[in-house]
Amino acid sequence: MRFTEEDVRRVARLSRLALEPKEIEGFQQDLSQILDLAQKLQAIDTTNVEPLAHPGSSSVFLRPDVVTETDQREAFQAVAPEVDRGLYLVPRVVE
Amino acid sequence: MNLSDLLNQGVTALSAALGRREVSAVEIATAYLDRIEQAQPELNAFITVDREHTLRDALTADSMRAASPTQSLAGIPIAQKDVFCAKGWRTTAGSHMLENFIAPYDSAVVQQLNKQGFVTLGRANMDEFAMGSSNENSYFGPVKNPWDLGRVPGGSSGGSAAAVAAGLAPAATGTDTGGSIRQPAAWCGISGIKPTYGRVSRFGMIAYASSLDQAGMFARSAQDLAILMDVISGHDPRDATSVDRKDSPCAKELDKDIRGLRVGIPKQWFGEGLSAGVKVVVESAIQELVMMGCECVEIDLPMSEQAIPAYYVIAPAEASSNLSRFDGVRFGHRAAQYKDLAELYERSRGEGFGPEVKRRILMGSYVLSHGYYDAYYLQAQRVRRLIANDFERAFTLCDVIAGPVAPTTAFPLGSFGADPVQMYLADLYTIPVNLAGLPALSIPAGFDAGMPVGLQLIGPWWQEARLLQTAHAFQTTTDWHTKRPALYSGLKP
Amino acid sequence: MTRANWEVVIGLETHAQLSTQSKIFSGASVAFGAEPNTQACAVDLGLPGVLPVPNHAAVERAIRFGLAVGAHIAPVSIFARKNYFYPDLPKGYQISQMEIPVVQGGSLRIQTKAGEKIVNLTRAHLEEDAGKSLHEDFQGQSGIDLNRAGTPLLEIVTEPEMRSSEEAVAYARALHALVRWIEICDGNMQEGSFRCDANVSVRPVGQKEFGTRCEIKNLNSFRFLERAIEFEIKRQIELIEEGGQVVQETRLFDPDRDETRSMRSKEDAHDYRYFPDPDLPPLCISEEWIAEVASGMPELPEARRQRYMNELGLTEYDAGLLTATREAGEYFEALRGAAKGADAKLCANWVNGELSAAINRAGLELADAKVNPTQLAGLLVRLTDGTISGKIAKELFEIMWSEGGEADALIESRGLQQISDTGALEGVLKELIAKHPEQVEEYRGGKEKVFGFFVGQAMKATQGKANPAQLNALLKALLLGG
Repeated sequence: MRFTEEDVRRVARLSRLALEPKEIEGFQQDLSQILDLAQKLQAIDTTNVEPLAHPGSSSVFLRPDVVTETDQREAFQAVAPEVDRGLYLVPRVVE
Repeated sequence: MNLSDLLNQGVTALSAALGRREVSAVEIATAYLDRIEQAQPELNAFITVDREHTLRDALTADSMRAASPTQSLAGIPIAQKDVFCAKGWRTTAGSHMLENFIAPYDSAVVQQLNKQGFVTLGRANMDEFAMGSSNENSYFGPVKNPWDLGRVPGGSSGGSAAAVAAGLAPAATGTDTGGSIRQPAAWCGISGIKPTYGRVSRFGMIAYASSLDQAGMFARSAQDLAILMDVISGHDPRDATSVDRKDSPCAKELDKDIRGLRVGIPKQWFGEGLSAGVKVVVESAIQELVMMGCECVEIDLPMSEQAIPAYYVIAPAEASSNLSRFDGVRFGHRAAQYKDLAELYERSRGEGFGPEVKRRILMGSYVLSHGYYDAYYLQAQRVRRLIANDFERAFTLCDVIAGPVAPTTAFPLGSFGADPVQMYLADLYTIPVNLAGLPALSIPAGFDAGMPVGLQLIGPWWQEARLLQTAHAFQTTTDWHTKRPALYSGLKP
Repeated sequence: MTRANWEVVIGLETHAQLSTQSKIFSGASVAFGAEPNTQACAVDLGLPGVLPVPNHAAVERAIRFGLAVGAHIAPVSIFARKNYFYPDLPKGYQISQMEIPVVQGGSLRIQTKAGEKIVNLTRAHLEEDAGKSLHEDFQGQSGIDLNRAGTPLLEIVTEPEMRSSEEAVAYARALHALVRWIEICDGNMQEGSFRCDANVSVRPVGQKEFGTRCEIKNLNSFRFLERAIEFEIKRQIELIEEGGQVVQETRLFDPDRDETRSMRSKEDAHDYRYFPDPDLPPLCISEEWIAEVASGMPELPEARRQRYMNELGLTEYDAGLLTATREAGEYFEALRGAAKGADAKLCANWVNGELSAAINRAGLELADAKVNPTQLAGLLVRLTDGTISGKIAKELFEIMWSEGGEADALIESRGLQQISDTGALEGVLKELIAKHPEQVEEYRGGKEKVFGFFVGQAMKATQGKANPAQLNALLKALLLGG
């Protein structure tokens, strides 16, 4: 299975990862190998087999509708890279 | 017993000594911290050590014990894999992305341990975001194997395993997604357990692959593991995947006689992939079980070869999504230079993540992307069902499954530098267990050319007690688990 | 542009914020108007290691909605991750439902000028809301407030069955009334509790295939919804007629310019990489739970409307007004309960007439009406039993509205009783007849209108309290009798 350079670029864009040209080449090879591994799955007949997405509980626990969290903005924003007047700052979002 | 010996005994002995007031938590913590200081430059088992913080906690533990003597575990030191958020501790997940992240809250695991008075000795080194099998993927440098400093300890919980093996801590927390507790336990010659999926809350445990990750323990014996696991087990309303199984504790009838236990031997696991040296050790360990009265049964796991392909589709897929939150906006590394939002994201993430993490994110995004979802992700989850069915069938014929943990012993550092994907193939005996969500452990079973070999025991869902009974019985008639690496026998105290 | 050659196809997606106390996946508060990021807990912020846990009440509200629209409520539904990067989306994915939503199918009845129409729903699913970006006061930057992140939403999707902006608005209004009726959403559009996205396309009349559609996002008033759709229809038709092609895209409505504008997106259509959220096992809803919710549901608008028409004999018009909102129906029901003997039509007339006019004049909501059902019931009982006349009843209503008070007490204290005593009435009439002999002659001569003069004078003489029926009968007899 060939993972092309274009595939790498596309998926890097999708994942918001800036890659150097050398990295792209390296990943192209690695990902092709992993894809070869993944190809083995195609040989298995899985007609009528239910996917196993949740190996533990088969029914989600629901919590009661109660407010349990208090204002911890100060503590949480202590680890923030850039805040102003309680808001997280990012480059202007164009709509 | 002098202090040095006590430090090498493990949790049960420490608890007793603390209970008899022979020693204080502060003394114990100080002693381990001194050992850590000596070992750290070479071994690099820790990312963060904070002597003052630890001693403060030890003091608190001593008070706790004085106030309520029934707190039998108060003052026991433990190394925390740097993947569990701990309030006020730097929590890095082995990554540059979180190099300066001081967690503002406690994970469930840390909370439960703190509640019993455990004392954090330090934050153990690990493969970045738990992705790796050798602890060579840490931003903070590789961890060495205490038995041979030219070799890896295993991963991703390499720091935790190395710390316990070298006598720097009596116990350590770890996480296991594809073998990240069992394999380093095996390669470092200690005991390690991964519980049934859902037994331990994942709240506060930095996620790699959500449907596979489970927290577990490293210790010097199955007996210690049993005690430790019951501290961190339990349904947590903050984790919707955690299950209430108070009816199946881990420490239950630990001394139960295992005569008549049917031990399943997967025929696919003793073939070509397994190195001769490891095979010999594992087979003689199984023989030991037979001599204790167990019965061997050959079992069939026909989907064995599909486990690695399924895992390396599912885990990267979930990881690619779980790691999207690392974007430089609310916490973690933020690029210094960027001209717009797109660059903020791309550079922060490009700079913050190491190559293995990027590899898996790229793979994950690919298999989830439009047009590929059915062929890869969905197919992998279906194959996963078949793998779980294999085990379910096998457990109608046996009570526990025994086999190797890894095809070889620890390999030299840098062995897979040029071919990272090759390393994936060594996970073939551990990965199927995570896919099925079963409990499994690794205990020391002997040596191959001087390097430790582990015996893997796998149990049916929620049967940790049975696994630990079997392991404990093995450890009463053998002494592999008491062996220590010569390199670290001279630490003071 | 020749509109008649074109058929418009509209589908609506509505995001209704569910009226819970806490968020859909965390225990933070959803109260509106808090200081930025003071209601964004660790889970809402997507801090490393946090996990979502669904809110029971949000699911319960989804069940209520499903029951109200006659939909299938999935016994097992799945939460899925919708992956994309945006600053107001902390985890880099939104937890939603994709392949298997909690509510499937269902329909809503709407009224338009052309008559009644059923709009079928495709589905409704649970998901979390994103945060907000603020652009003013931040030079070249945006400020992100994540208080809203994690607020529970029910996304309600229609089949593309609407054919005009009128139908779309009628649907939006009906849906708005319904979610408020069953108390799952406060419907406060200013605060963003109820937001509509319109998918609009056009095709030549007779063509089977749909045209390319555009999505107009975040319309938070019925007026904007109408104007945006109208503009978009015109835009698309003009574009195609000029030889162009409609590009599938997302657009925003600019109310100042009264036009829709393409959202500047930097890349192609998002690849959301949906997959079942591994942190959330399947959502299981038992028959028992559904039955429990059903037993607690109020009578739904349509059922009530039918009941008013069939059992109470009200007209479609009256029944419609009384079931337009839950409050109107409740007022009516309370009124009927307290007004023993007063018939349904009378009650309906007063609610839809006097009461309605009074609250409109005062600019009030029905909930704040100054005459409550008990008070009005007292009035109607006395009107029905003849204690007061219709004319006096209106006056009494005004008094109650401005001063408060109970009917009987006011009738007593102000002497508002109707005069029905024939003796007394005859006395008054005989006096008037004696006083106005010319008019008597005129009436006897054939001038019917003069009758009204005497009625008016009699009313004046009795301060309006004469029983009209009695009065008329007596007057006629006296005038004719000579």
